[in-house]
Amino acid sequence: MPELVVLHPGWQSTIQDTGRSGYFRQGLSEGGALDEHAFRWANKLLDNEPNAACIEILLGKFEAEFTANAMIAVTGADITVTMNGQVLSHWSSHCVQRGDVIRFGQARSGLRTYLGIAGGWQTPRQFGSRTVVMRENLGGLDGGPLKQGDRLAFKAGESPARRAVPEALRPEYQTPLTVKVMPGYQYEHFGVIARRTFETAEYIVSNDINRMGYKLNGPAVAADARKLASEGIAYGAIQIPPDGQPIVLLKDRQTIGGYPKIGCVASLDCARLSQRSPGSPIRFEFTDVDQIQAERRLFDRFFNHSQWVDDERQIVWP
Amino acid sequence: MRVHAVSEQAVQVEFGRDIDEALIPVIARAVEAIRAELGSVIIDLIPSYTTLLCFYDYNQVDSQWMVREITRILSAIDAGGTGSIGGRLVEIPVWYDLSVGYDLDALAQQKSLSITEIIELHSAREYQVFAIGFNPGFGFLGALDERIATPRHSTPRRQVQQGSVGIADAQTAVYPMASPGGWNIIGRTPRVMFDPSGRSGQAALLSVGDRVRFIPISRSEFIEQGGQPDA
Repeated sequence: MPELVVLHPGWQSTIQDTGRSGYFRQGLSEGGALDEHAFRWANKLLDNEPNAACIEILLGKFEAEFTANAMIAVTGADITVTMNGQVLSHWSSHCVQRGDVIRFGQARSGLRTYLGIAGGWQTPRQFGSRTVVMRENLGGLDGGPLKQGDRLAFKAGESPARRAVPEALRPEYQTPLTVKVMPGYQYEHFGVIARRTFETAEYIVSNDINRMGYKLNGPAVAADARKLASEGIAYGAIQIPPDGQPIVLLKDRQTIGGYPKIGCVASLDCARLSQRSPGSPIRFEFTDVDQIQAERRLFDRFFNHSQWVDDERQIVWP
Repeated sequence: MRVHAVSEQAVQVEFGRDIDEALIPVIARAVEAIRAELGSVIIDLIPSYTTLLCFYDYNQVDSQWMVREITRILSAIDAGGTGSIGGRLVEIPVWYDLSVGYDLDALAQQKSLSITEIIELHSAREYQVFAIGFNPGFGFLGALDERIATPRHSTPRRQVQQGSVGIADAQTAVYPMASPGGWNIIGRTPRVMFDPSGRSGQAALLSVGDRVRFIPISRSEFIEQGGQPDA
């Protein structure tokens, strides 16, 4: 079977697909690619199924060698990527030959780069997904990030045409980000001043960020002091712990928790947030759920139904 | 009862504000009814102490429709009376011993009880599974006899062994896998609480609504049943 041999795993490189679905009741995290936008593009460039597994590379410094010809795609955080020393264009698919060595530099903008391959990386599925959730020791080759010497299988086969994401659709990860929030959970138990602070202040991404959540620093949101029984946590839920500093809970979050929550960040904004590095400014803006659902449905329709046309560098959407 | 959207993917039902054993069968009936009627759009359900979080396919239906349907289904159950769902009874053997129950001795001293009394109090009751979470298969069980209820350690242990049986406030639980943890550890079970092979859909031994009884066992029974004492 054709393989990718990991020469250098970088800071943290994990196999991710769209995550586990239907196992929350047993206490399993969903996991899955944090930046759904870049992840979906990697698969779109390769005509893969929407949930084919990619490697999520945190901050870069990943190196690997291909044992067979293949078609790959690179999307996400802005990183210099070379193949045998030649720079590869970003947000594009590329042909690789047996023996080629791919090297990722250090991220300049954004945190997470996705390396996709035609057909997806063929690691075993656990609970319906190849996703690695490190805390649970599930997924990937051994439940953890990739290590030197790991061999990732992929399918030999017909390569799709070379493609690139249109310039206008490539995101910028350094612009100030305002995330849309649906009020919910204990929103009504927060005081008027707390809500106002939350919605008007600027918060800064702290150093305390990982696949479970993003802690932000800024003006404290006066917390709801009532004792709360642990409850199910939705993607993007914003916990306000006693110190008043918001924590946005992401893909590897625990399934239940007992801190008060002021609302939930829209899933597509969670993806944008996951590319923001410590020090980035973040603002919150309350929006109703209907608008957020409409935007998310457009996103899903685009990635599930759009098709490449004639010259293979354009994409149309039926 | 309140039904409201919490995100584009989920609607939450609040059944009450305070932890109450009487809510468990109510929530269990709600889970069954929602699954039965909305199975094709429901992706997952997280029942917990006082709430039920319903994840659904937003590409099929919208938030308002979900809130309306769930409200309708729940009012029909309310009208339907009080038939209770018992849940399964799960027996969990425990080797209560100082060598694996690191806090047993301190707890006995603090509560002015003998170790035998603590074991008797812990294994005398049938517990309800209130919630599953924290880690895969981790069941929050209650309510504990108040004579042995005790708060978590202020500094969690860096590593609690798989199968450890702990106490936190008026709750008890088994750690399905080794992890950091702040509960007071009083023993260890040889029973597998979570099977990560994922071959069967149900990997967690416990589900919300099940009842649990702890059965004291000896060291030799513990070893026989595959238990791992500390090296």
